[in-house]
Amino acid sequence: MADAKTIEPQESSLVRFWNWLTETQIWTSVFRHAAPINDRNRVLVMLSNVFLHLHPVRLKKHGVRLRYTWCMGGLSFFLFLNLTFTGVLLMFYYRPTLEYAYSDIVGLREHVPLGIMREMHRWAAHAMVITVWLHMFRVFMTGSYKPPREFNWNVGVIMLVLTLLLSFTGYLLPWDQLAIWAITVGSNMARATPFLGYEGPGASLLALGDVQLIHAAADARFALLGGTFVGEGALLRFYVLHCVALPLAIGFLMAVHFWRVRKDGGISGPL
Amino acid sequence: MDAIKSFINIFADPRLFFLLSVVALALIVWKREIFARNAVGYGLMAVLAVFFAFGLFDENFVLIIAKPDNVPIVALIFLVIFFTWYSMREAVRNDERMAAGDDVIEKQESDRVWVWPDLVYTELISLILCTAILVVWSIGLEAPIEQPANPAATPNPSKAPWYFLGLQEMLVYFDPWLAGVVLPSLIIVGLMAIPYIDTNPKGNGYYTFNERKAEIVIFLFGFVVLWSSLIVLGTFLRGPNWNFFGPFEYWDVHKLEALTNVQLSDYVWVRGLGQSLPDNILLRESVGILLTLGYVFALPVILARTVFRNYYEKLGATRFYVTVVLFLMMLSLPVKMLTRWVFNLKYVVSIPEYFFNI
Ligand code: HEM
Repeated sequence: MADAKTIEPQESSLVRFWNWLTETQIWTSVFRHAAPINDRNRVLVMLSNVFLHLHPVRLKKHGVRLRYTWCMGGLSFFLFLNLTFTGVLLMFYYRPTLEYAYSDIVGLREHVPLGIMREMHRWAAHAMVITVWLHMFRVFMTGSYKPPREFNWNVGVIMLVLTLLLSFTGYLLPWDQLAIWAITVGSNMARATPFLGYEGPGASLLALGDVQLIHAAADARFALLGGTFVGEGALLRFYVLHCVALPLAIGFLMAVHFWRVRKDGGISGPL
Repeated sequence: MDAIKSFINIFADPRLFFLLSVVALALIVWKREIFARNAVGYGLMAVLAVFFAFGLFDENFVLIIAKPDNVPIVALIFLVIFFTWYSMREAVRNDERMAAGDDVIEKQESDRVWVWPDLVYTELISLILCTAILVVWSIGLEAPIEQPANPAATPNPSKAPWYFLGLQEMLVYFDPWLAGVVLPSLIIVGLMAIPYIDTNPKGNGYYTFNERKAEIVIFLFGFVVLWSSLIVLGTFLRGPNWNFFGPFEYWDVHKLEALTNVQLSDYVWVRGLGQSLPDNILLRESVGILLTLGYVFALPVILARTVFRNYYEKLGATRFYVTVVLFLMMLSLPVKMLTRWVFNLKYVVSIPEYFFNI
């Protein structure tokens, strides 16, 4: 009879591979602690990860439920990230001049393989307008703008305006009939600005002697369009606003917004 | 079939459309226990879905609904109605609990959970779902691109981007300086003022209706009845020359609508006193100017002394006047709509010489 041998319990190769992997120097240089499967590491993961540290470590149960937040703030943020990503891709192909703008957009569909980033960008933009409205709706219905969150509500309102402006400035860029006429209709409003638009009430009162200060080539609409109609100047202005100024502004405010959600005591709840 | 369509076309007329949405809001608030039932909510969604499915068999309907840029507004209709119902349902549930002496749901669920995994995974799943929907949507529906820009060829109708169509719809009733500049600015100011003029400490951090009746009714009126439904109206029901078209109506460029709008000054001098219009502008428009000043300055004071006396005492002078003036500005739209529909009134004050029409 041969000697009976006890067989050591064997870990599956997958587990062995995992153990090996998580002990390599590369892995441990990235992740400073073990997987968040116990309370200590659940704390550590929130504190050591830059993407997660905006969150608290623990929060009230009702606050994580879709029932309460509808996830609309989160979705607005995801859509914003998505728009930033697809927007950068679009900028590789798009030149904001009368000569190229339209053909670059057409070319996106015809020459770029798997070219759905224009679609992604456009539909995400529409969706973001809706999610931001619904987010505001939910914040209102839960009374979350009440003290101490008054200021954050205001940051939100400004971001709402910026979201609409981002959408509006982007609408012009394809430079087709849809684009210029929608922007023409929208920006025509500016010439009716009281005092500052040349067809606005009171504008004719702003004059030095015989010289009108406000006229078609010097009024609110002109400042917006860089011209008296939606032309080359408007395209460049809208491009710069759309790709640089407004995203920076809204990104900055988002940082403030999220910070304040934490500082105001986390997701609102009954006192 | 055609009978149903013309029936719906009639109900979509701006006047009926607006009055019906006001009635709907009143019913929702008044009969909220019934409205909050699951059967009502899911039923509403089903009725809407059937309506759109039915519409897909009509070529005129498809022409507007299936315009790529209009697809989000179809989604908006479903979402706004759904979430109005949903938030009212949660509010009613909490109100019932409080009436029975129980804690609201949010209070019951105030134990803490770990952000990892509870929140982080919810976020991850939302992110994935959201991306997946976007990818499918983008593959399925091409972004629109029309003819190259041509400043010489004005399309008819020319429409602003859809999220501004509520404002464009206001142009029917107000001049651009009000509809396009002053009122939008007041919407922003009004939104920003909300936390500072609403001093009701209750209903902070949980759904409730009974504890915040006035606030919620005003907000729903502004957001659902005015903002959202005017967008739907402006997108789907306004065709060439900004004429009204029912959802199943052909957009006929030659549709004529009698324009018989009358200025208030005409009513006063020509029809009322049987004279010609005075040359002096201020005299000509005096009645309108007095009415407007009265609306903005005198009415708030009268309200403070009479029906809103309680509010005045609770809020204090500054808060009260800011609130009432903002509220009256919001109401100026329905007021102007009604005077247009009932009296064909064009402008209360009309001084085209200075681009000053109200
Ligand atoms: C660009 C758009 C926006 C983004 C990305 C954003 C993002 C967020 C996120 C992620 C939260 C956490 C809770 C949640 O998801 O509901 C939040 C909370 C909040 N947001 Fe926004 N938001 C935006 C616009 C707005 C607007 C338009 C308002 C109001 C007018 C607003 C007011 C608030 C307030 C008061 C809170 C605290 C809510 C609470 O504690 O329950 N935000 N926001």
